[in-house]
Amino acid sequence: MTENELGRMIPKKIDHIGKLLPFEGAYAHTPLVKKEKGNRSLPKLNKLVDSIESVIVKSELKDGMTISFHHHFRNGDKILPMVMEVIAGMGIKDLTIAASSLTGAHNCLIQHIKNGVVKRLITSGIRGDLAEEISNGLMDIPVLFHSHGGRARGLETGQIKIDVAFLGVPSSDVYGNANGYTGKSACGSLGYARVDAKYADKVVLITDNIVEYPNTPFSIHQDQVDSIVVVDSVGDPEGITTGATRITKNPRDLLLAQLVSEVVVSSGYFENGFSIQTGSGGASVATTRFLREYMENRDIRARWALGGISGPMVKLHEDGFINRLLDVQSFDSEAIRSIGENRYHSEIDASYYASPLNKGCAVNKLNVVILSALEIDTSFNVNVITGSDGIIRGASGGHSDTAIGSGLSIIVAPLIRGRTATVIDSVKTVITPGSTIDVLVTDRGIAVNPRREEIKERLIKSGLPVYSIEDLKNKAEKIVGKPEPIKFKQKIVGLVEYRDGTIIDVIRQVQD
Amino acid sequence: MKIVKTGIAGTLESSDVMITVRSNSGKGIEIHLQSIVEKQFGKQIRLVVDSFLKTLSVDDAVVQINDRGALDCTIEARLAAALYRGADRTDYDWEKI
Amino acid sequence: MAKLRRTMLYVPGSNAGMVKDAHIYRSDSVMFDLEDSISVNEKDSARFLVFKALKTLDYEGIETVVRINSIESGFGVEDIKAMVRAKPDVIRLPKTEKADDIHEVEALIEEEEKKVGHPAGTIRLMAAIESPLGVINAYSIATSSRRLIGIAIGAEDYVTAMKTSRSEEGFEVLFARSQIVNAARAAGIYALDTVYSDLNNEEGFIKEITLIKQMGFDGKSIITPRQIAPVHKIFTPTAKEILFAQKVIEGIKEAEANKSGVIAVEGKMVDKPIVERAERIIELAKASGVLNMDEER
Repeated sequence: MTENELGRMIPKKIDHIGKLLPFEGAYAHTPLVKKEKGNRSLPKLNKLVDSIESVIVKSELKDGMTISFHHHFRNGDKILPMVMEVIAGMGIKDLTIAASSLTGAHNCLIQHIKNGVVKRLITSGIRGDLAEEISNGLMDIPVLFHSHGGRARGLETGQIKIDVAFLGVPSSDVYGNANGYTGKSACGSLGYARVDAKYADKVVLITDNIVEYPNTPFSIHQDQVDSIVVVDSVGDPEGITTGATRITKNPRDLLLAQLVSEVVVSSGYFENGFSIQTGSGGASVATTRFLREYMENRDIRARWALGGISGPMVKLHEDGFINRLLDVQSFDSEAIRSIGENRYHSEIDASYYASPLNKGCAVNKLNVVILSALEIDTSFNVNVITGSDGIIRGASGGHSDTAIGSGLSIIVAPLIRGRTATVIDSVKTVITPGSTIDVLVTDRGIAVNPRREEIKERLIKSGLPVYSIEDLKNKAEKIVGKPEPIKFKQKIVGLVEYRDGTIIDVIRQVQD
Repeated sequence: MKIVKTGIAGTLESSDVMITVRSNSGKGIEIHLQSIVEKQFGKQIRLVVDSFLKTLSVDDAVVQINDRGALDCTIEARLAAALYRGADRTDYDWEKI
Repeated sequence: MAKLRRTMLYVPGSNAGMVKDAHIYRSDSVMFDLEDSISVNEKDSARFLVFKALKTLDYEGIETVVRINSIESGFGVEDIKAMVRAKPDVIRLPKTEKADDIHEVEALIEEEEKKVGHPAGTIRLMAAIESPLGVINAYSIATSSRRLIGIAIGAEDYVTAMKTSRSEEGFEVLFARSQIVNAARAAGIYALDTVYSDLNNEEGFIKEITLIKQMGFDGKSIITPRQIAPVHKIFTPTAKEILFAQKVIEGIKEAEANKSGVIAVEGKMVDKPIVERAERIIELAKASGVLNMDEER
């Protein structure tokens, strides 16, 4: 028996239950609970820390640790450059950066890699000068490229262990309830950041917009957050979105969009209650316009759309053509507005979206997805990461996740871009295996994966220009000629991880 | 065909090429190539230009090529225009071009 | 099956990207322009570009038309020399005013065809009529050459010469349009309408297509691939029209078999013009791909 803080006698142990801990006072084991109960003039309990530097000290960040960022601020992101500058100034070295993706706003990493602050990158994609430098052999350890679903899986299984997550948020209260659609730096869904908040050891929110408690509805919540830093600006609104997405006027994109919507309509998947995801490219977004016409004329409605949501999709939702939107990333100002306003425009996290190992992700229930490609080969393997010159310039994103999850995966791309053929014998880098791709739509013909013979027949019956993929490859080659193969060095600069964690391809250093 | 002055043709738009020819009397052919698809098509472009110069019997010229992904037939068309302009001639030989 | 000429897509002959891709939008014809869209300084380079493209690229069965410069401009003769060798399907003449304009060009073409050994008459001709005098001479122009497959109205120059400007209703071109479509029909060739350049006025465009179709034109010159779909849509017979036409033709066959005289379909007396119209609808439907041969009743 032990006497507890209130003088009650408590047994040390009980059979079938085990050891008992005696009460030691109401505040003894709950450090975050304020002890000055009833004193209304005290400062409100909060997690605010006065600077990035203080918060890094508080997080006990050390050499060799892993930190994370999200890419919801896209090209407008100021968080990564801001945090990395302070970290570099503090002399911390050999960090791994596990970002949901890296954009044109992250060229500062070139310096941090050269100076030894950063030694490893784990990301969905890289663009701009940083990508070019990495293709030229900037890093000793290859970059690990994952899909959005693959990253969520990595966090869930512990393959990726984040020590400190630095998450920029457009709004938060002093206790860590944050959402993405309020504030001058609004970015909409925080789907990719939410998995970091859930799995990182330490979670730091950085915001330029503190709102009154509680900041409901919230995407990241107080029980996940360690500290909050207030800064002047988390992102450049011009870079976060380019305003409302307009349907393109580019005739080639419109032609592709028209063909894609005819493929969807003729495929057998166009029926009441269908679901769809479109990408953010011009042709992909424009398909919504043509599909709407078909939905109107044939009185067909979609139950839900997934993605990457942009304005034209929101319009279909608000006009009653799509009942539900599931949004992991809001592409434009209209999507950002809608996710705040519309009851059935729901934010989802990266795991719910596409993790292959959770108990059920949204891509598994998707009917139709429309995807892009830099290259596609005669086995339907798709490359969305390296350009025709072999240099990294893209992102894996949800490509391989949605391709396998959906009932009908459609790749849309011009057959040739300038003098570069899209359909070739063998893609430089495989991101998505051909066994998960169903239809290729180009401006000079359509090809159907032989494993989907029934779809091919339906498309031919509808009068669509269907060729074999070899025919399309030959057609392209006849126009542009046969390119010299790009020469690579032995050094591996990137590993491409398939969504299940296996390595599907490697990217090598380019020769000058 | 003798190049007597600077001849320029083409644009820097996508799928086009800008070609400048200058006289190079007695010093043969000099080709300077800049192309967005140099790694993939550099050799082919030089081949096309070389053989087209022979077809039109141009022995001396400096040919500057700024290529934005033009097809071979576009390269030949722009080169023909630049050459005839540079030679200050309009007696086009349609059988050879 | 009759050749459709609902849409003739203008492509500036100086634009390498557009010349390369002209046919992918599946207009009925593409028209490479060496004339008004090309500045005087680029006449040579555009001619070279179109020449090489026609000789090299595969336009996959889409009819190729080249609008050359007039002979008076000083560029037309060289255009003809080049194009006879590049062999587009059709050479389109601008600013035709009288039959002799056609004869002059025809003679030049024949001369070049002889030189290169092409059988005379390979290349077809189209004439654009763009002046009050041309409109007056429409019929003699339309019947001036066996090569001539059609005449087109070019309204911009015409209305200027008429001391007026284009309006949405189009009263100012009503006479010219009527005269040209009438001349074309009398000569048994195609009649093509002028361009519609207000790209942001979709409603006005659709009104104009509906009007010229009703007047009897075969199609229209267009300036962007975005204009293809609306024209094709309006020129494609509706399911109702096709069904009626099929009934008419069936009824006629039956009547002939039974040696009975007059027939009626849906309460309408069927006479010769109705039968002809029905035949044309079926033909147009087949050519537009909305009626398969095996679906024919």
